[in-house]
Amino acid sequence: MKPVLLWSDALFFLLIAVTIGGAWWGRQQDHLRAGWVRVWGHRRTVVSASVLAVFFAIGLVDSLHYRSQLPLEEGKPPAWSVEVLSALDALLMPLKTNTEKTYSAPLATELFAKETLEEGGRGFPPLKYPGTHLFGTDKVGQDVLYLTLKSIRTGLLIGTLTTLIMLPAAVLLGIVAGYVGGWIDDVIQYLYTTLNSIPGVLLIAAAVLMMQVIIDTHAGWFATAAERADARLLALCAILGITSWTGLCRLLRGETLKLREMEYVQAARAFGGRPLAIMLRHILPNLMHIVLIAIVMDFSGLVLAEAVLSYVGIGVDPNTISFGTMINAARLELAREPMVWWSLAAAFCFMFVLVLAANLFADAVRDAFDPRAAG
Amino acid sequence: MLAYIVRRLLYAIPILVGVNLITFALFFVVNSPDDMARMQLGVKRVTPEAIQKWKAERGYDKPLFWNAQAEGVGKATQTIFYTKSVRMFAFDFGRADDGRDIAREIATRMNPSLAVAVPVFVLGLFATISFALLLVYFRATYLDVAGVVLCVAMMSISGLFYIIGGQWLVSKVWHLVPISGYSEGLTAGKFLILPVIIGVIGGIGSGTRWYRTIFLEEIGKDYVRTARAKGLSERLVLFRHVLRNALIPILTGVVVVIPTLFMGSLLIESFFGIPGLGSYTIDAINAQDFAVVRSMVFIGSCLYIVGLMLTDISYTLVDPRIRFQ
Repeated sequence: MKPVLLWSDALFFLLIAVTIGGAWWGRQQDHLRAGWVRVWGHRRTVVSASVLAVFFAIGLVDSLHYRSQLPLEEGKPPAWSVEVLSALDALLMPLKTNTEKTYSAPLATELFAKETLEEGGRGFPPLKYPGTHLFGTDKVGQDVLYLTLKSIRTGLLIGTLTTLIMLPAAVLLGIVAGYVGGWIDDVIQYLYTTLNSIPGVLLIAAAVLMMQVIIDTHAGWFATAAERADARLLALCAILGITSWTGLCRLLRGETLKLREMEYVQAARAFGGRPLAIMLRHILPNLMHIVLIAIVMDFSGLVLAEAVLSYVGIGVDPNTISFGTMINAARLELAREPMVWWSLAAAFCFMFVLVLAANLFADAVRDAFDPRAAG
Repeated sequence: MLAYIVRRLLYAIPILVGVNLITFALFFVVNSPDDMARMQLGVKRVTPEAIQKWKAERGYDKPLFWNAQAEGVGKATQTIFYTKSVRMFAFDFGRADDGRDIAREIATRMNPSLAVAVPVFVLGLFATISFALLLVYFRATYLDVAGVVLCVAMMSISGLFYIIGGQWLVSKVWHLVPISGYSEGLTAGKFLILPVIIGVIGGIGSGTRWYRTIFLEEIGKDYVRTARAKGLSERLVLFRHVLRNALIPILTGVVVVIPTLFMGSLLIESFFGIPGLGSYTIDAINAQDFAVVRSMVFIGSCLYIVGLMLTDISYTLVDPRIRFQ
């Protein structure tokens, strides 16, 4: 077994580490702790946070990647399989490998379509693993439950890494534009107005098309298909980040403009504080609640956006398992008679639970940290 | 006012130049035209002659920014940047990969797009405002809480679900309207009713929540207390005072999307087979037709800028305290 660290894994671990570190640091700050006490005050929040925690745990297990060793041959160095597996695959091995021939309904014992049977006549052939597929199987006979669980990681990565990637630029440019002002402010404002005026979907489409060309013409960059899919996933996050940082940047600029005239900032200036120090010490900490709210509010929208983009054909790599690719593969099957509803239902249900939990949690965070939010 | 509009229009020019530079950089600098040709013609086993031919057909065989071989002004104009970008300012979009004129295509596809987008916009606005008013009328009761929870739940459902579920239920199970398609004139109604309803339902969750907070903000103000102190009934207070004043932020907030209605809705149009600009864009994305995508980006940006301008103008129209500066 040879561990593989994909770029998205590294970033995901980094994100979790930062969250835990931030939580630990926040415990010592009285005003932050007061906010979090308010967040945890509702049972609704606790439930949604627990659901989110389960999803993140699945995503985390799914991010521990490895390549298994091929059977040793005499006189040859050990070789590794080209297929990149994750710890979740290892846990779900029976689900992953117990594939059927084609569609089968949830917990069915027979295939979905009639075939000519070996003993003669037409009928429903029995399944190889009857009654084990909780959500049935898809067109190529893969277990739908396995696919849904694998989709979770993709959704979480898009929802979190996008914000993580765009955050530094948005915070830096927003604060600098608001605090320094002058022509720097003009340039930054021009930059985000220009980016903002391009319709988001089209900018994403154009960027993804270009990225595809790059990936296709430089096939040698990636050792395995998993790495290529991973690069595409990260690029998608970056592209989504580029199109979505403008809103946060404008918000932070406006808030900085207000903070700059506050008495404590003026006092810091009067004491001869350098601009950089003032921005870091006095302005940034007082913007953190906006950043936090933006992170949690964006998450659910991004998870939903992934499904739409994958449907349009500008989302994740078609080989990456995600809610979008699942829906895209299954959407035409509703027209069949009798219809195949289980993969769509499973994808939509899991996505709904994830996004609903994220929305409820985000509302609680906003209510607790935004002084203006009322109602 | 006129001077203000002219100044705003002038301000739009650098933004459009920036948009053009960004799209140009995305399409031509990140990948050379050779890469694009290889992508279109298939990566393997493609002769240099085929690539040259592909490039020449589309006018990609010139230098990117500066043509040292040309004479005089031609040094700047005989380039891809000039031929592909500058002509866009005259709304000359050239031809798509299938040889059709893009400007003509856009003109004919605008009507179906509007036929879906305008009813969705108007009915959606009406439905969300009424729903939000209802919640505000019953504020701080269980009905309000249930309504907000319903809104959050509706926001959490993927837009794809509304479309796929609606098509399945209404068209396949109930056989009320055709699953997809479009026709000109009055017969278009039966094709349009389902997409419009789905579009309205899809936007109701987030819209209602947003307007509800606006109404609640307005309801805490002093003039409302005065109106109540005069002895007006709650219904009169809501409709005559709160609704009218809350319409200012609502209307100025939605003005920006009005021009972009021309672009149509990507998802609804492609699912329902409506030959509008949204499905045109999706087809172009799937066919990797760079010229069409670039034109749509340009038009979208223009419309957005017009929307921003209309927003500023509408502020001054509804609120006399704001002056043009």
